[in-house]
Amino acid sequence: MIVQSRLDPLLRLLKYVFLGALIVVLLFPIYALVLASFRPGRDLMRYGISFANLVPNVWDGKNFFNLLVDRGGRYLIWFGNSVFLSALQTTVSLALSSFVGYGLGVYHFRGRNGLLMLVLFVMMVPLQILILPLYTLMIGLGTMNTYWGVLLPFVVSPFAIFFFRQYAVSIPKDYLDAGRIDGLGEYSIFFRIITPLMAPAFGAMAILTAQQSWNSFLWPLIVMRTPEMYTLPIGLNSLLTPYGNNYDTLIAGSCLATIPLIVLFVIFQRYFISGLSTGGIKG
Amino acid sequence: MKNRSFHSSMKRAPYVFVAPFVVSFLVFYFYPIVNTVWMSFQEIVPGESRFIGGENYAKLFSEEFVKAVSNSFAYTALTILILIPVPIVLAILLNNGLKRLNTVYRALFFLPSLVSVVVAGTIFRLMFAGSSKAVINTVGHWFGLGPVDWVMGGSTAMFLLVLVAVWRWVGVNIVYFLSGLQNIPEELYEAAQIDGAGSLQKFLKITLPLLKPTIIFVTTISVFGGFAMFEESYIFWQGNSPNNSGLTIVGLIYQKGFQLGDFGISSAIGLVLMLIVFVVSMVQLNLFGFFKKEE
Repeated sequence: MIVQSRLDPLLRLLKYVFLGALIVVLLFPIYALVLASFRPGRDLMRYGISFANLVPNVWDGKNFFNLLVDRGGRYLIWFGNSVFLSALQTTVSLALSSFVGYGLGVYHFRGRNGLLMLVLFVMMVPLQILILPLYTLMIGLGTMNTYWGVLLPFVVSPFAIFFFRQYAVSIPKDYLDAGRIDGLGEYSIFFRIITPLMAPAFGAMAILTAQQSWNSFLWPLIVMRTPEMYTLPIGLNSLLTPYGNNYDTLIAGSCLATIPLIVLFVIFQRYFISGLSTGGIKG
Repeated sequence: MKNRSFHSSMKRAPYVFVAPFVVSFLVFYFYPIVNTVWMSFQEIVPGESRFIGGENYAKLFSEEFVKAVSNSFAYTALTILILIPVPIVLAILLNNGLKRLNTVYRALFFLPSLVSVVVAGTIFRLMFAGSSKAVINTVGHWFGLGPVDWVMGGSTAMFLLVLVAVWRWVGVNIVYFLSGLQNIPEELYEAAQIDGAGSLQKFLKITLPLLKPTIIFVTTISVFGGFAMFEESYIFWQGNSPNNSGLTIVGLIYQKGFQLGDFGISSAIGLVLMLIVFVVSMVQLNLFGFFKKEE
């Protein structure tokens, strides 16, 4: 027993050193990205990221300044498109998904279980399979190369529905009954009483949806056809040409595209984690 | 009178609540799936299409199709083999000890998942650049290895894809397993301790069995994610990997449909993918005993 208690602090120290080393390796690419964004893109294109790049001695902000003026400020336009689309998608998706999730969680009605199964099924179907028919649908609707085209297929998120449903199930029925006694209609109960109660769920889903929307690639790549409609990932991807003449913009732009999410994460870490955890437990 | 309108609103309300999902399901899931089936039996050229029966399926099994399918299988298998056991061990390490420090470590493990595929791909391209000066080749040089053309060399394509996946997902899976671990009652371990169980025994008899739902969940989403992989490959090779070493099933759908305009065959591939994902998930869930009735 004595041996064990003497060993424990040492083992614990070893554990944290080991995990710390792992984290250093894991965060190395991010470190490399930040430092590389202060260096001339020409060298990066030619040699990749070398150890010489990783000494923090060059802090030339020219690349970042370039982002503002390069080709009529295209980077700013992409950034704006991404902010606009992420905000809109998060708002619309949360509003509709919470509405549906609440309905599925609180009411007993014919077809409810079938619908719930359907939500779970749709959660599982990878969107990638449907890109082609969705693309022809967007052409039919005349929404190619528009914000609508990017948004429409995702106005309702099955995952968010499921999340809000789980949350709604746990709300005591007394709240609903109290609302009904006060003469509130079913919709007023949802908007006036339930939505404030679901605030933590909104927080978790807002973070998750915003992250997915901000980083989404395949669908905007298909819908957005002209550079002034690109979102950040699509715009950055378009800079990955074999000639490498855009690497200044690419690296600094990648760096700047990642910062908003990291800031969000640092502030709302708890919501990030709880949003994910619900998915893990349901198994 | 008032009572009746109250009741009718009670009856109608649930359907109004679920309507947004039903509408969006019909338009953006059901219709596209039906449309895919329909298109897969057609030859489609811009402006016209005609019914050709099973011809698209007959010419499906080309060399590149086999390559894409085997790549997707390999990618899915490798990512699961790494991204289940490693995060479990890390989650167990992070589940006890100093609470504050664990939270910080968990957050740091999570950071890479915030980086978009495009940005991650760009960094890895630069770190694994073919030049002898690039970081990874320099490290290789220390161990007496010559410079490797990681991205365009062909044989290292799968390694790069799996590496990026592990880098981006390890932190997310740690969060899943941590939340699973936190649902295991502490008393079980205490009881086992009294019975004289060692660490390994506790892990095998308590931790693993009770973590099973989480393992099933993570495996399931990994199967879906693995077979749906496209973006990583697209960032590295823009659809043209050496000898198709980075071609995936979705990559082939994109190539046939959007780059070559052959919607018929592209739809057929999409349906095959759906079938593969369905069968693999069923087999996987069966192996885990997911459908077994609880005794």
